[in-house]
This record gives sequence, structure tokens and C-alpha cells, in this order.
Amino acid sequence: MEYLKQLSIFIENKEGRIYNTLHILEDLKVNIRGLSMADTAEFGILRLIVADPVKVKEQLEERDYIAKLTEVIPVLIEDQPGGLNKILKILDDNNLNLEYLYAVALKNSDNAIVLLRLEEMDKGYKVLKENNAPIVDPEKIYSI
Amino acid sequence: MIWNEEKECMSLEDMQELQLKRLQDVVTRAFNEVPYYHKRYSEAEVYPEDIETLDDIEKLPFTTKTDLRASYPFGLFAVDQKEIVEIHTSSGTTGKPTVSGYTKEDLDTWGEVMARGLTMMGVDENDIIQNTHGYGLFTGGFGVHYGGQKIGATVIPISTGQTLRQIELMKDFGTTMLIFTPSYGLHIAEELEEMNIKPSDLNLKVIGFGSESWTDEMRTSIENKFDVPAYNIYGLTEVMGPGVAMECSEQNGLHLYEDHFYPEIIDPKTLKHIPEGQSGELVLTTLTRVGMPIIRFRTHDVTSIKHGKCGCGRTLAKMSKITGRTDDMLKIKGVSVFPSQIEKALLSIQGVEPHYQIILTRPNNLDKIEVKVEASPDIFFDNIKELVGIKEKLAEAIHDEIGLRVTVNLVEPKTIDRVDSGKAVRVIDKREE
Ligand SMILES: [Zn+2]
Repeated sequence: MEYLKQLSIFIENKEGRIYNTLHILEDLKVNIRGLSMADTAEFGILRLIVADPVKVKEQLEERDYIAKLTEVIPVLIEDQPGGLNKILKILDDNNLNLEYLYAVALKNSDNAIVLLRLEEMDKGYKVLKENNAPIVDPEKIYSI
Repeated sequence: MIWNEEKECMSLEDMQELQLKRLQDVVTRAFNEVPYYHKRYSEAEVYPEDIETLDDIEKLPFTTKTDLRASYPFGLFAVDQKEIVEIHTSSGTTGKPTVSGYTKEDLDTWGEVMARGLTMMGVDENDIIQNTHGYGLFTGGFGVHYGGQKIGATVIPISTGQTLRQIELMKDFGTTMLIFTPSYGLHIAEELEEMNIKPSDLNLKVIGFGSESWTDEMRTSIENKFDVPAYNIYGLTEVMGPGVAMECSEQNGLHLYEDHFYPEIIDPKTLKHIPEGQSGELVLTTLTRVGMPIIRFRTHDVTSIKHGKCGCGRTLAKMSKITGRTDDMLKIKGVSVFPSQIEKALLSIQGVEPHYQIILTRPNNLDKIEVKVEASPDIFFDNIKELVGIKEKLAEAIHDEIGLRVTVNLVEPKTIDRVDSGKAVRVIDKREE
């Protein structure tokens, strides 16, 4: 199973924190391929897709961030009505619970990639594969 | 073995009789020989003959660190300076230090109480005591030194530091007892680990630790790392030095040498005695000290005292481990809370670093407690639900410890204010604003 490595960063829900973090990444010349933020009133998790997550994790830790490498499943969504729903139906039919999802755009393409985080990752991966969901090679995303 | 069975196993009645006799004696001497006490007692209109029972001690004014400082340098001596054979001072963070003077008899008493404690820990003339407490103006090193010599043990007066040298001597001399502060002990343990020296490579059989606040977790960690029992030593320079109270093999409190130091527990707010067994501020009176009697000294240490026969056979008063300082005590919704309790609760959860801050506010006249805790990699998950779960778990642990509901917030690492010394600001009380 080839998962996409995503960088999850602990961040306080305070004015300027996301901006500051993105600013640091910009200074480090990190290209952000995808991003999402999940938060509560006080804190949240900033999730990033970057070309070299291991290196960026270290660079952030040197700056006192708490960062973790986590795995998501990238699936290609066709640019037509119901594209995403088809995928979600596979999950639902197989009783697979979704923790979260977010989309990344592809350059020069009408298609998008959706990143899925499931409660049971290995099982989900197998089921998606069996149902011919178009799982994308992570290498292709790192090098977008 | 018991060093002084007569005194350490006395019946409560006999002990109180001895204490009263000694209290009357010390109050009389202090009133007659020390201008400070003469003045204070005359102002309060209380005189030595007013002490007819032990409870009458409550009539006497307290002595504070400020009083001692005001008497700098020799104002509290009850004898001529030529009778004083040794002087120690306790560090003052502001202004002058406080001076402690000892006659020959006082040093003998100091050695006696420490001898009792070392014996309690199973140490005797066959032992080699490596004393890493500092020798100098501070009393740290000398208590153990005098006690060790009194029981005929071999004392290595090495002081703190030079850890590699310490380890070399531990091996070469076959040290059987180590004396250290918990933090220095843990440092030695780290070095031993790094040098791949195991407890079985050493001849150690017991550890005495003190001069610092500590937690049960720290003691367990020390005992595991050295693979020997570790016992707490309590004392303070103003009263004598280390050796006022020490732990026995039961490890559930410290025997206080109450034939030499009379203990009271007061409510720090009302300054009145509180019932035996309840927690409050420890107040000490030296019953036998010749050079410098200290009467009703407010230690600001919070503990409780119980009487009764201990599992070790002694009847001496038993003082609980110091749970905090009254200076640190917070009154929240009428409940006494110590930052150390919050710390203990946090450390009870795996992976939590003790970097926290307590913020007190009073919206709508109701005390509200917020505890900020710095997140750490071990308690960070890529899942909001789990993070909220950690928050609730921490709040629950604190509630179990202090009995009050708190709001816990996770904050980014190194964001809790630190003062210049690098120590975190533990409490921000916004209730009076
Ligand atoms: Zn005992």
C-alpha cells in the first residue's frame, strides 16, 4: 500500500499563527501542494502536502513546532457530477468511516485529487483498490 | 536498629512532659538573653511564666525570616560570640542572608538527630557515606557529616559536582550510601547509564535525599535507577539544618525529632492551630538549641503531623512529605490548591511535559481555573477528536487531584512565559484586577 505522506502540525487557534507558519515555510522555500486546517476554538491541526515531508518536519521541529507524518490515500476525482460521491459510496457500502478529506488541485487538469483519511486505512485501501477507485501514485503528487 | 530508643520510642505523655519543660526553659532563656525576644514578648505582654502548658505556645508571637534578617548578623545569639563555634547562613534572594550560630552542644545535637536518621535508614559504622551535599555556608553538607561521624561511618565529604569523580569514588571506595538532592541524583544516574555502569557494579545500599522539593515519581525513578531504597531528609538552616525530620523504612512520612524541635501546624490565614492530621503550615521551635533559640519559626512548608506507633517501632511525631509552600498556595473557591498538585496530575499521564500555567479569573464573581499545557509530540495526534480527548483526560486528572473543575488548553511548545532564569511563570492570578 502506497500512502501519501502528509505533514500534520499542531497549531494554536490564534491570530496570525497560520500566517506565521506559512511564512516560515515560504522562507524555507517549501512549495505547498495541498493544505487543510481542522480546528477547535483553541487549537487545530494544519495538514500540508509538500514535496519532502520528512525534511520539512525536521525544519519545523527545529523551530519548536510539533509535527507528525501521517498517511492519507490520494484518489483521482473525475471532473463530472457525482465524481466524489462514487468514491464515498464505496466507503459507505463497506462500512468504512471517514475521519476527514480534502482536495488538492492538479495543474493543467480539470481533475482534482481527494485525500482520504479513514479510521481503518489498510482495509480502506484494499476496498478502494478492489472497486477500481483511481488511487494516485504518491510520487506523482510530491512532484506536482 | 534505633539510635536513641529512649527518646525515639517515648510515650506521648512523657514526650509532652519533656517538651513542656524544655519549652519553658527555652522561652525563659530567650526572654532573658536575646533582646529581640525580650522586646517582642514585652510588647505582646506575654512572659515566660505564662507558658504553663504546651498549648500556651500559641500566646507567643511568631518569628519570621524577616525577623531573622532584621537581627543580622548576631542579634539572635543567646550566648557570647566566643561560645559560638560554627556559623552558617541561608541564602537570601533579597538583602542580607539569615545567620545561624551553633555552640559545641548545638553541633552535638545536630549530629545526634542526624545519627538517629541515618540509623533509621539502616546505616552504621560499617558504611561509607558519599555526601554530595555542598559543604560551605549553607547547612547542606554538615548535618550528614556530623551524623555520619557520630554513628562511626566513613564520610566522604565530596560536595556537589565533578560527577565523573563521584562515580570513580563510588566504585573505588565502595560507597554504600549516597546523599544527594533529587535533581543531582538523577544527573548522576544519567551519567552512570551513559557509562554503562549498572547498579550491580556498585556497592550502594541506600540513598538519602533532600534540600529540594520532590515528587513520588522522582523517588520511584531514583530507586529504580540505583536499585536501592531512597529516604527523604528534611530540615532548614534557620532551625538547625538537614536532620529536623527524616524518613524511616516505612516511607510514608518523616519522623520529626520533637524532643529537640517542637512542631505546630497552623492555618496560614488565621494563624491558629489546626487539628492533628490536617494539612497546614509547619511552625518549629528549637527546644534545646543553646546558641540561637528559634521560637515559633514560620517555615511556610505545608505538611501535616500525626502521632502513634509507627511500623518501625518509633513513637516520634510523623510529618507527611512537604506538599507545598504557603507562598505558592492558591485559594480557589475556598479550596487550597498548590501548583505542585497540578504538576503531579499532568505527570500522571504518559507523554505530558510539566510545562504548564495556571490562569485564574473571576468572571461573574466565580473563580475560574484555566490550565495551559504545552503540547508535546507524545500527546499530539492527527485527529481533533483525540486532541480534545487528551484535553479532557488532563482536566479529569487535575480534578481528581484538587477536587475542582478546570479548563485545560493545549498550547504550542515553548509558548508559556518564562522569566529570565528560564523558570516558567506558573500562576497568573487575574482575580483581583
Ligand atoms: Zn517509622
